[in-house]
Amino acid sequence: MRFDTIIIGGGLSGLTAGLRLQKAGRKTAIVSAGQNALHFASGVFGVLNEGAVLPEGHPYSRIDTDKYLEEVKPFFLEADIRLGGDARKNGWRLSPSGAMLEGRFSLEEATLFPAKEDLKADKALIVTVPGFLDFNTAFLADGLEKRGIPARVASMDVQELTDLRTSPSEMRSVNIARVADGIPGKVVEAVKALIRDEDLVILPQVFGIQDAAIPAQIAEAIPARVLFVGTMPPSVPGIRTQLKLKRAYERVGGTFLMGDEVVAPVMDETHVKALRTVNLGDQLLQADHYILATGSFFSKGLASSMQKVYEPLFGLDVDYPEDRMKWYDLDFFAPQAYGGFGVMTDPAFRALKGGAVIENLYVAGSVLAGCFSQQFGCGGGVAILTAFAVADNILKEDTKR
Amino acid sequence: MTLQEITSSAHNFEECMKCTVCTAYCPVVPVNPRYPGPKQAGPDGERLRLKHPYFFDEALKYCLNCKRCEVACPSGVKVADIIQSARLKYSRSKPKLRDRILASTDLMGSLASPFAPVVNPVLGLGVTKSVMDGLMGIDKRRTFPKYASKTFEAWFRKNAKAAQPAFQRSVAYFHGCYVNYNFPDLGKDFVRVMNALGYGVRLLDKEQCCGVAMISNGMASAARKHASHNEKVLAKAASEGLKILTTSSTCTFTMRDEYGELLGIDTASYRDSLLMATRFIFSLVDSGTATLVFKPDYKARIAYHTPCHLEKLGWGVFSTSLLKMIPGVEFTMLGSNCCGIAGTYGFKKENYEASQAIGKPLFDEIRAVAPDFVACDCETCKWQIEMSAGIPVKNPVSILAEALDLEKTAQANR
Repeated sequence: MRFDTIIIGGGLSGLTAGLRLQKAGRKTAIVSAGQNALHFASGVFGVLNEGAVLPEGHPYSRIDTDKYLEEVKPFFLEADIRLGGDARKNGWRLSPSGAMLEGRFSLEEATLFPAKEDLKADKALIVTVPGFLDFNTAFLADGLEKRGIPARVASMDVQELTDLRTSPSEMRSVNIARVADGIPGKVVEAVKALIRDEDLVILPQVFGIQDAAIPAQIAEAIPARVLFVGTMPPSVPGIRTQLKLKRAYERVGGTFLMGDEVVAPVMDETHVKALRTVNLGDQLLQADHYILATGSFFSKGLASSMQKVYEPLFGLDVDYPEDRMKWYDLDFFAPQAYGGFGVMTDPAFRALKGGAVIENLYVAGSVLAGCFSQQFGCGGGVAILTAFAVADNILKEDTKR
Repeated sequence: MTLQEITSSAHNFEECMKCTVCTAYCPVVPVNPRYPGPKQAGPDGERLRLKHPYFFDEALKYCLNCKRCEVACPSGVKVADIIQSARLKYSRSKPKLRDRILASTDLMGSLASPFAPVVNPVLGLGVTKSVMDGLMGIDKRRTFPKYASKTFEAWFRKNAKAAQPAFQRSVAYFHGCYVNYNFPDLGKDFVRVMNALGYGVRLLDKEQCCGVAMISNGMASAARKHASHNEKVLAKAASEGLKILTTSSTCTFTMRDEYGELLGIDTASYRDSLLMATRFIFSLVDSGTATLVFKPDYKARIAYHTPCHLEKLGWGVFSTSLLKMIPGVEFTMLGSNCCGIAGTYGFKKENYEASQAIGKPLFDEIRAVAPDFVACDCETCKWQIEMSAGIPVKNPVSILAEALDLEKTAQANR
């Protein structure tokens, strides 16, 4: 089965690259082994924390980030995703643990304040769903009180949501959303019944799994400022974003192979020739170009043993020190060396194997070496901007030929 | 017995990292709060069940076995296999008469088919439906698939069999109960298309129902009997070097994967030879071995629905690629949603509401797209969509039979 480009990995980076290439008229396929890290999204994409000094070799050092940052919002809008935030400047969001954290682009129900101090209120009301364990109201109340905002916690009384407690172990954000989305009016009435004199209402991000208009509609109908704060995974805004990107990709003719896994690449020293997948068996996938967007350790794009860190699919070169003691710092909160482990590439993001360039294999997203996304808050930015860059490099390559 | 044998289970439940992504894609969870959800019913519950079968929960019967949890799982856990295996292993509830009747598709077909002119109108009567609803718990709002008065096998013997040896190459065909008793036209389309591509068609040496409905109704020993029989006839065809083609995604998935995972049947003798017809035809065209010549004036607006089991097989791409090859087709890919019928599940009175609620997003999308017809590789999805969205559903093989200039295709592949 032939395509112009095949992308391995159906998360934020893979979908962004696929959509960009497909819109440019290329025939592409995405192979996605299970769902991805968007399902764990906070509701805000970080691009780079303020004052961070990037190490040499960070993926940003190889791309025109200013140009690409301007393209992010229009690109997502075409997939019906309305990002908030200022493309050139970080904002601040209220995190689930009650702290103010930096970020650049917010998904629809999330709020980014221009400055930390802009979160202001006389009194806050934190409303949760009875039995919902993935929204820590005590942390939030603490965090607000530290900023001088007294907070009260209350549970909304909506029968349909209380019924979900029949299966307490599955009382999760997505299940609440799938029920609540059908009865936004009842949610609004239940929240209104709880408000005394509070001017700020905080709700978990458990609305609008298909349609971002639902949280907006709820916020509109409540007579106070409403903030939707992230929950423990799965992430409702993240899943909606995934669904919308995938739908946009399929609308422009992309082929999304969900739940399939690349197992055996056919390659020589300089080129990938074909990919074999679990589901397609002897029906090999072939393309002019390939993109590896398999994510970091969590998404299994990288793996490790006691002795080594490796890229499990192609066996590409991974940047890490041999001495295992240098992989991590025993202080959990210190910057960790493993945050920068990843696949080494040439300046055009083409993968290296045994020191040689694999000429038609590009690498995008957090599988790249030098990201340190935890430390620099750059996970979303690396995923999106390197996907833009890789797609553009492939398009440039095509015009040369 | 070692500690390892007592504490470990098939289907790798220990790989679960508790992310709950499976729950996000489970079609049952939002419509039925009594269902514990895939994570609890699957990997979480398995740990407890290994400790003591007391922890088995009969609510696992609400699982559709659609496999969407497995397709979504980032850790490759076979969530639905864990659930279905647990049902077969631990459930103490006996299948009701109703369940046995619904599950015995080939027995019912062989009884009903000869009397189809009588059976079909009677099954359609309000009074019959009310009686079945009241006595047996088969929901009266459900439209029944019609029985054909002449089985596909009878048609094949009389009208097609003699011509098949003339072809240089051959394939075997597992037609399944639906083609045989309800809709022989699909089988006829399959024979016409394969003949045009230069392949003669052979039937298996007495295939039996794949047994999917027996598995889902907890009839493990009956399912195993069917599976061992089919293993033998499939192995025989495969050993003769034949590819065994099918036109139903669920039969294919059941015989290819469920026999091994759930019933402990060794499928190695035929697993790689058993293919959906669309996959086989696609590979012929893709490798340049065969040519398709389409009618110049064929026009259709087609929306494609991927059945859950085809999504799990990962083979929807073969059907969609073939449909996209037809010049006059305006193609829409429908979103990834379960239609809600899940074989016999949606026929049961206690599941009817849930079944329709699960399918609603799909029905709404189909009505909004308003295609000439929906394309789909599964017969039970077809019943559900036709009844609930009011738009006809065609198998991709039948669409090919319509869109191809069969004579010119036959000439091109001689």
